[in-house]
Amino acid sequence: MRRPFIAALLALAASLAHAGEVQVAVAANFAGPLARIGEGFTAATGHVLKISAGATGKFYTQIISGAPFEVLIAADDETPKKLAAGGHAVAGTNFTYAIGKLVLWSAQPGFVDDQGAVLASDKVKHVAIANPKVAPYGAAAMEVIKARGLSDAVTPKLVTAESIAQAYQFVATGNAELGFVALSQVAVPGRPTPGSYWAVPANLYGEIRQDAVLLKAGADNPAAKALLDYLKSDAAKKLIREFGYGL
Amino acid sequence: MLSPAEWSAVRLTAELAGLTTVLLLLVGTPMAWWLARTSSPAKPVWAALVAMPLVLPPTVIGFYLLLLMGPQGPVGQLTQSLGLGRLPFTFAGLVVASVIYSLPFVVQPLQQAFEAVPERTMEAAATLRASPWDRFFSVAVPLARPGFVTASVLGFAHTVGEFGVVLMIGGNIPDKTRVLSVAIYDHVEATEFAQAHRLAAGMVVFALVVLVTLYVSNRPRREERPA
Repeated sequence: MRRPFIAALLALAASLAHAGEVQVAVAANFAGPLARIGEGFTAATGHVLKISAGATGKFYTQIISGAPFEVLIAADDETPKKLAAGGHAVAGTNFTYAIGKLVLWSAQPGFVDDQGAVLASDKVKHVAIANPKVAPYGAAAMEVIKARGLSDAVTPKLVTAESIAQAYQFVATGNAELGFVALSQVAVPGRPTPGSYWAVPANLYGEIRQDAVLLKAGADNPAAKALLDYLKSDAAKKLIREFGYGL
Repeated sequence: MLSPAEWSAVRLTAELAGLTTVLLLLVGTPMAWWLARTSSPAKPVWAALVAMPLVLPPTVIGFYLLLLMGPQGPVGQLTQSLGLGRLPFTFAGLVVASVIYSLPFVVQPLQQAFEAVPERTMEAAATLRASPWDRFFSVAVPLARPGFVTASVLGFAHTVGEFGVVLMIGGNIPDKTRVLSVAIYDHVEATEFAQAHRLAAGMVVFALVVLVTLYVSNRPRREERPA
């Protein structure tokens, strides 16, 4: 009776000795998927994720000011490159973990047609976007509006959220009839899709390459490196695709 | 020195803070008077409600205001049925949010000032057949003058300094809801530190000047000290 118990204790102690913690800064659009990936990661390695979600641009400012993040999972590929160039990230560790897809979304079912024609409608008073100066999904949204020739019509209706998460919130509460958000926020596996959306064709905006990078603070943390390896694993890639990203 | 967009943010901030302060003095004075004079058992509850914005994080206030003033929210349905449209992402919405957020900064100094008005002075005025309104405006208000100064300055300054709620309710629209604190946040996020510094340093100087002025003007003068 006793021996299996002791063996289990020893196994637990051994895994605790190796188990580490990773401070992760993750772009708001990938926070949901990362939580799910984190479950598999912890089960496989024993390491625990401490996740902070927010806007990539804000993380950049915090990281160059010495924030203790060890891994950045960004919403673009520019920020990881800039961090590596500035010596704040480990050069050569950045890689594309996902390609983001933009959707025009409404919380009302049946409101958005499959061509996105509703964007020009008079019924729409507010269109939520993430701040195009700092959020790649916001910049992509501006490209779509321009490609549709709607800059003059839609610009006065724009409400700018600090991140794609806040853009989602503006639409989810119905205060903005429409908003450009990430497909990953709307198409959550195992949950019915709320409202209606138009998957914006990829030729209307520049590819949203989302890169991850090992930061200086995590250079000597094996758990941080393990997380980046896990993001490249088949199990993680399968989940990332299920959440509506390209790869 | 500042760009037109930044001047617009400065002007918008001054308008928001000014309007909010005026509304708060109108709403807050009767509230403070009641709180100062009442012996109702409900007083602690009302005092607590007034103080809530001091304790709640701006995201809580912003989140609930977004729901309340949204199309499904009771306030949103009321404003829509009155033909006023919806409040979020408008200047009017910012004013409503600011009045709620800055309420304790106006009501509490006024309440303390009214509580310091001696009951006997009010009774003496009553025996001279001054009407309740006359007593209030000719006796209580002049005696509570330092309280009004503090309330106005704190209400104005706190509205200027507000950030989380205006970001959530305002939607960061240039010339309509992008106030100074949001403009600074934008610059910092975009790593435009030079522009951020200009506005942020201005805010620091403004806050210091305002508070020093307040403390100087409320310093008890010798002839006002009780004998």
